[in-house]
Amino acid sequence: MSWIIKVFRSSIGKKYIMAASGVCLSFFLLAHLIGNSVSFWGKEAYNSYASHLHSLGFIIYILEILLLLLFLIHIVTGITLFIENLSARPTRYAIQTKERNWSASTMPYSGILILLFLLVHLLNFHFITKTVSTAELVKTTLSNPLIASFYLLSLSGLTLHASHGFWSLFQSLGINHPKYNIFLQRGGRAMAVLIGMTFILIPLLIVTTDSFLQ
Amino acid sequence: MTIIHLTLKIWRQTGPESKGSFKTYESGPITTAMSFLEMLDVLNERLILNGEEPVAFDHDCREGICGMCGSVINGTPHGPEKKTTLCQLHMRHFKDGDTLVIEPFRSRAFKLVKDLIVDRSAFDAIIAEGGYVSVNTGGTPDANAIPIPTFMAEQALDAAECIGCGACVAACPNASAMLFVGAKISHLALLPQGQPERSKRALAMVKKMDELGFGNCGNEKYCEKSCPKGISISNIARLNREFMRAAFCSEE
Repeated sequence: MSWIIKVFRSSIGKKYIMAASGVCLSFFLLAHLIGNSVSFWGKEAYNSYASHLHSLGFIIYILEILLLLLFLIHIVTGITLFIENLSARPTRYAIQTKERNWSASTMPYSGILILLFLLVHLLNFHFITKTVSTAELVKTTLSNPLIASFYLLSLSGLTLHASHGFWSLFQSLGINHPKYNIFLQRGGRAMAVLIGMTFILIPLLIVTTDSFLQ
Repeated sequence: MTIIHLTLKIWRQTGPESKGSFKTYESGPITTAMSFLEMLDVLNERLILNGEEPVAFDHDCREGICGMCGSVINGTPHGPEKKTTLCQLHMRHFKDGDTLVIEPFRSRAFKLVKDLIVDRSAFDAIIAEGGYVSVNTGGTPDANAIPIPTFMAEQALDAAECIGCGACVAACPNASAMLFVGAKISHLALLPQGQPERSKRALAMVKKMDELGFGNCGNEKYCEKSCPKGISISNIARLNREFMRAAFCSEE
């Protein structure tokens, strides 16, 4: 058993953890997006989707616990890597190179933004006594311009995080092949933008149009 | 021949434990045919004549093949030219009046010795853990006795181009040595001669790399951009595969 601990405590092992949990979180993101997209079909469809989801009962609890574990693994490992990386260069350079790779360089920071968003998002929609329908709750919460703009900012951060992450996870798992690299890199970035923009559409539509989810 | 004048901001530090700072020098007249190191030689001769301490910098072959030279010029290891070591960087790439900030490679694993010189023996320590093949002595083996597909020989040689200069560590925002270790692991893992020690090598070299205090790879690709030999990050992916294979599938 000790060999497993040794592997996952190594630098490459920690990258495997980030990549593997990143894959799972990507699938969660996709599932969440498909669920959210039901709102484009109107209030009734969205409320029906929400009540069907909640009627899953204990399955949803198990999935929630698994998801929480995944997030914790990704966050704790990510923070460990961040601290290790900071200490690997005690003296910073006076001049930073002009050719910045923004999505990659901001991974820890966009990650922290997403973590803050998660807390706000859960407080808004999960840890709340629901008195109205899900559609109304979403509508009233996101009608607050402060909350809506925080959602827009965080979801942009998510897009940035995923636009590096979707390709990076393949590289960390050793998946790099001249025939497929272009698809992984461009496809990863396109997927990130597509997912991010669709998520952003919901708070944006609530703020800009009265008829959405009405 | 064109003559240019530059302002040089150079990191001066008398020893590993002392506190360093930038000092500004005027380069004086520099011909554009000079290499970057020759420009520093000119500066140093003037400093010696003035009774000042010359700028300490590493160099050896000055042909771009030994891996001794290297400083960070305006935020880029080995300067702005792609696939070029500092000794092969010529002054024609700079304009009259340019200001150049010259810093040593910065990494916890590379201790600063003096001015622009850093101790890169951490790389040697990684190689000593497994960056070799054990061969029994005896008669000269027949040429082509071991068949190697051309594309694999090519990939191995591309990886073997690494001169161990440390620019990848210097360029990496996390001061990670993954490109160096990836190149060294790759050039042996791709060849039949490297097979017997393949798993042991991957585990031992990564272990040493971690112990020495290098950072973790964030797949940010700065290493690939600054590598004077154009080592590809596909070697880092191969290292990730090699480590996975060794960690989960080997008997080691």
